[in-house]
Amino acid sequence: MEALIASAIAVLGGSGIYLVLRARTFTVILGLALLAIAVNLFLLSMGRVAPGHAPVIEEGLELGAYVDPLPQAVVLTAIVIGFAMMSFAVVLAITAHFVTGTDHLDGEETS
Amino acid sequence: MNHWITLPVLIPFVAAILIEIVGRHHIGARRVLAVCAGLGTIAAGAYMLLRTHQGEIFTYAMGGWEAPFGVALVADGLSALLVTLTGVVSLFAALYSMNRHDTKGKFFHFFLQMQVAGICGAVLTGDLFSLFVCFEIMLLASYNLLVYTGEERGLKAGVHYVILNLAGSALFLVAIGTLYGVTGTLNLADMALRVGELGPEDTALVRAGGLLLMVVFMLKAAVLPLHLWLPNVYGSATAPVAAFFAILTKVGVYAILRVSTLVFGSEAGVAADVLAPYLLPLAALTLALGMLGALGSLRLRKALGFLIVASIGTMLMSIGLYTPEGIAAGLYYLVHSTLGIAMLFLLVDLIARQRGEKDDRLVVARAPAQRALLGLLFFAGAIAVVGLPPLSGFLGKVWVLQASLMTPHVVVVWVAILLTSVLALVALSRAGSLIFWKGEEADDEERVPRATAFELLPVFGLLACLILYTLFSGPAAELCMMIAEGLLSPGDYIEAVMGVRP
Repeated sequence: MEALIASAIAVLGGSGIYLVLRARTFTVILGLALLAIAVNLFLLSMGRVAPGHAPVIEEGLELGAYVDPLPQAVVLTAIVIGFAMMSFAVVLAITAHFVTGTDHLDGEETS
Repeated sequence: MNHWITLPVLIPFVAAILIEIVGRHHIGARRVLAVCAGLGTIAAGAYMLLRTHQGEIFTYAMGGWEAPFGVALVADGLSALLVTLTGVVSLFAALYSMNRHDTKGKFFHFFLQMQVAGICGAVLTGDLFSLFVCFEIMLLASYNLLVYTGEERGLKAGVHYVILNLAGSALFLVAIGTLYGVTGTLNLADMALRVGELGPEDTALVRAGGLLLMVVFMLKAAVLPLHLWLPNVYGSATAPVAAFFAILTKVGVYAILRVSTLVFGSEAGVAADVLAPYLLPLAALTLALGMLGALGSLRLRKALGFLIVASIGTMLMSIGLYTPEGIAAGLYYLVHSTLGIAMLFLLVDLIARQRGEKDDRLVVARAPAQRALLGLLFFAGAIAVVGLPPLSGFLGKVWVLQASLMTPHVVVVWVAILLTSVLALVALSRAGSLIFWKGEEADDEERVPRATAFELLPVFGLLACLILYTLFSGPAAELCMMIAEGLLSPGDYIEAVMGVRP
């Protein structure tokens, strides 16, 4: 499980960084979205990777059958904030496209 | 309970909501509310200063959830100082915006107040994740302030700024995740306790997490090599926005100062002094590059952006000494440079408008219609920013030089500050002589818009603040010294939040 999550974070993060370094707003925003997903996965796994357990303390619970609820709460907040930021970036990119007439990051074609 | 600690966040936040509800169709109501919110923030900051200037630290558990489980707000001298400064700059930015600027887009005052709320939240919170949330509030408001007019210049700079900061936020979350994974807490005071107890097997992780965090703060503070975004963004924003953004980079400085002294201070065991070896050299390079940039700028607004980069270099170099005098001198300079740069940004807008098509380009053009008045104001602002006597910039720089005397970094600090001061002097006197002395007399004086008394009021207001700050340097320096000593012995802060001494 750890290996799977770790490689997922690596692949998502790597693709995200590659896309962020492109010169068109669409690919960059796509890259930022992938990067955000990678980061959220990373945050979630920071508590401990323990599939199948609930973050609830009950009578007679063994500590091994318990996951930390805090990273889950943190990830939830991070997802919400990330979504808001992403939608702002999309709207900004579209507006910039209309105003400047190009989707190049610098607002003008360089070639 | 110390409910008053929430006021610096609540006042601008409620004002922002009221601005949208009450002032939706009335620009007058929006303006009145904005001024009231500015005064309210200043009052709250002044009250905080009054309560904390003896070194007391007050905490407030949000929702009654005690630290480390809930989010704690912490008021100490440093946060009080920054809240007051934010209030002052926001008030003058709001006042200046009432000439032409706040009607270019609908939501200027709303986003200005939201940004004040975000900044105040960031300097008050004692929790790492809340710091992230407040940073995002602050950034989202700043994105909007940058593009609220819908002009092409702002949009182009906005795309870069937003993407860079989104990447920065991702890095911030990675740093938070790493530190939480190692220490198991997000509360800064609790983290300081736990970091000190870590064994050598956690060294790599906790140091990596700490340095990642510092990289994010350095991006906000525009430290080399992450400074490239700043001149363009500040040069493209409208005057009141650029003036208010003068405080934005200082939040990054605040975060560096707070986290590197509290969590990664000299008592942090395996993670001790994680930033100390890098901060001073980076800051010196930032200072040098900022001044060279100011010298090479073709537009006055961009030159001012580079001067901000340079001022960040100066204060971080002083803070990077990590001695009480160094940090105190850095803080003293922080307040001064924020006020000085904000004043110059407002002034340059008035100058640029009177030069017609040439705007703020540094070429020979029509001289401003009010040559004598604006020239004198520019002279005063330049003296402040360069650091010549008699204004507080001089005192700040002398204090920085003095603070470095007994440290091994004395040569670097003296050479960097003295050489770059000359560069700043050259850059600003070239700009001043180009605009005011070489400028040709206008043929049709009638059509040139003259600055009204109301437009000049915020400029004079900020200049008055600078003069007052110079006159009351003694108490201000004592306050900075008290804050610096408190930062370097974080035991009081940890005890106030956690109830135990480390």
